[in-house]
Amino acid sequence: MKKQLFALLFALVPVAAMAAPAADVPYSMTPDLNDEASLQRGMQLYVNYCMGCHSLEHQRFARAAEDFGMPQDLVEEHLIFSSEQAYNDQMHIAMDREDAANWFGAAAPDLTLHGRLRGADWIYSYLLTFYKDPSRPNGVNNDVFDMVAMPNVLEPLQGVQEKVCAETDRPVEGAELDPLTGKYQSCDVLQVTRPGSMEPDEFEEAVYDLTNFLAYVGEPSKLHAQTLGPKVLIFIFIFGVLAYLLKREYWRDIH
Amino acid sequence: MGNPNRVKAESGFMRWVDDRFPATQMWQEHLSQYYAPRNFNFWYFFGSLALLVLVNQILTGVWLTMSYNPSAEGAFASVEYIMRDVEYGWLIRYLHSTGASAFFVVIYLHMFRALLYGSYKAPRELVWIFGMAIYLLLMAEAFMGYLLPWGQMSYWGAQVIISLFAAIPVIGPDLAQWIRGDFLISGITLNRFFALHVVALPIVILALVVLHLIALHEVGSNNPDGIEIKAKKDETGKPLDGIPFHPYYTVKDVFGVAVFLFVFAAVVFYFPEGGGYFLERPNFEPANPMVTPDHIAPVWYFTPFYAILRAITFDFLGLQAQFLGVVFMGAAIAILFVLPWLDRSPVNSMRYKGWISKVALAIFAISFVILGILGALPATPLRTAVAQLCTLLYFAFFLLMPFYTRLEKTKPVPERVTG
Repeated sequence: MKKQLFALLFALVPVAAMAAPAADVPYSMTPDLNDEASLQRGMQLYVNYCMGCHSLEHQRFARAAEDFGMPQDLVEEHLIFSSEQAYNDQMHIAMDREDAANWFGAAAPDLTLHGRLRGADWIYSYLLTFYKDPSRPNGVNNDVFDMVAMPNVLEPLQGVQEKVCAETDRPVEGAELDPLTGKYQSCDVLQVTRPGSMEPDEFEEAVYDLTNFLAYVGEPSKLHAQTLGPKVLIFIFIFGVLAYLLKREYWRDIH
Repeated sequence: MGNPNRVKAESGFMRWVDDRFPATQMWQEHLSQYYAPRNFNFWYFFGSLALLVLVNQILTGVWLTMSYNPSAEGAFASVEYIMRDVEYGWLIRYLHSTGASAFFVVIYLHMFRALLYGSYKAPRELVWIFGMAIYLLLMAEAFMGYLLPWGQMSYWGAQVIISLFAAIPVIGPDLAQWIRGDFLISGITLNRFFALHVVALPIVILALVVLHLIALHEVGSNNPDGIEIKAKKDETGKPLDGIPFHPYYTVKDVFGVAVFLFVFAAVVFYFPEGGGYFLERPNFEPANPMVTPDHIAPVWYFTPFYAILRAITFDFLGLQAQFLGVVFMGAAIAILFVLPWLDRSPVNSMRYKGWISKVALAIFAISFVILGILGALPATPLRTAVAQLCTLLYFAFFLLMPFYTRLEKTKPVPERVTG
């Protein structure tokens, strides 16, 4: 038996050795698909701030409403703005991709699978690290997406964020840790210099909700998997125990 | 009535069938009176598990084709449609995508078992060769299946692999174009890969599985001691160390199935992306011929051979490095086919071979795993050097085998199976 376990462990070595390295982004977040309130707020932010340009081609309003526990009439009233769109439709946008490409240089990408393509940490960090950069056409740049073409659409909420010289608790690339204060001195510290309608903490929560929503949109089936998974595993476990007992019974006459 | 030489049921419905079809005879030959050695261990679960995964792939595959759209315009969206709008579509798709990786896990362990106990040696050469053919076709099947979701990695992975054919001198470029059916990978390629993936290759693979099993049941199963159980029979002609496959190994395999399914289901429900190795991240973006991903890595089960391909960085004898890489990659698989004739040891099992064989197998297995890891990572000079060393060790295992298996001192083989 020990030998068999060892063999199994040996078989798993390559899997462990190849475990995907974490994306190199400054912030991280863990999506919580069971937090309906967060997902509802995230969806609200999405339709208000993002859906002008970014479609969710594969996500239906109705599916999100069911999964977040929202009644149809409220969704139709507060989250569906176009009379062209119905409750059961996917979250398309009105802007034609060709027009968008002409107007902005490139059409804004569909974000249905961005939660899986980039990962939640990346989206979260991206939304938090816009900063003022007058050299850019939209007046902003981004720490995780250099030369970004998107303006900081959440600026009314966040306020204007700038890179300043300051102390920070967060490790900064190229900056040394001050052993006395335990802080880093850097001129790349992001600080809100003109407040928006939200406090920084409040804004981080809003971005968490929005990221949580996009993480959900990437794989709505995860909710089903979470409910079905334990049942299937328990069934297989009991089946396995019975199969083992049956095997032992049959094999009594061998040896 | 019927063939009088057959074993037949006494009376009743089965007798009626047996007069027309050798059902009872086949049942006995392949299950209830197929005598398998009684000392099968952990390594002997993977054959039946491979069959289980094959059935899983066929069933889930059939259901996927019901909603999949094999066109460049519709493929990606239809996969998302399956994931979201088809009832339990996500489960069917994850069973299929995880099943592909599980298939290779099981097959690699199954093949390692053969190396460990000499299951490829006479008289089981054809069992091994049919098995190798299955493995080769399985690689083609997996490669073509990977194009179907039409994501970025599907597209560019296929681009890299098909361009390997273009490295063949003289006919290469035309051959690659013939495979693609177009000047670059397009909807035409997708359509033909779909046809091959769901119709042609599965038929051939199934036929080969039947051949693999017929050949196995003709010569009988090997065992961890590598000795012939048919050599010692009782007065009724049954091997003394043999037990009927059914019910003994069927119930044992059912237990193996339960353990396997537990792990498999855990992956399907909780880690369907397999840490980015079963479903690669760039594949969540539709194929775009204008944008190349930063790092193109094949799926994990191809990475050892991909690492061998990339390890050849030098021209030799006037042949270009790229072509040589293809040759080495092909040779790495081809050499497995002649394995039965490379092993000159008088014994089958690693238990009774000498220490050189044991060390050689360990080094080979470690090299294979290291190559697999390197093949998934972007190349650096150090990694290339390590890959070159491992490639050398990979081939040395086979090419030196005729010498070390003959020279080394083997241990005496027992008369009857142990444990």
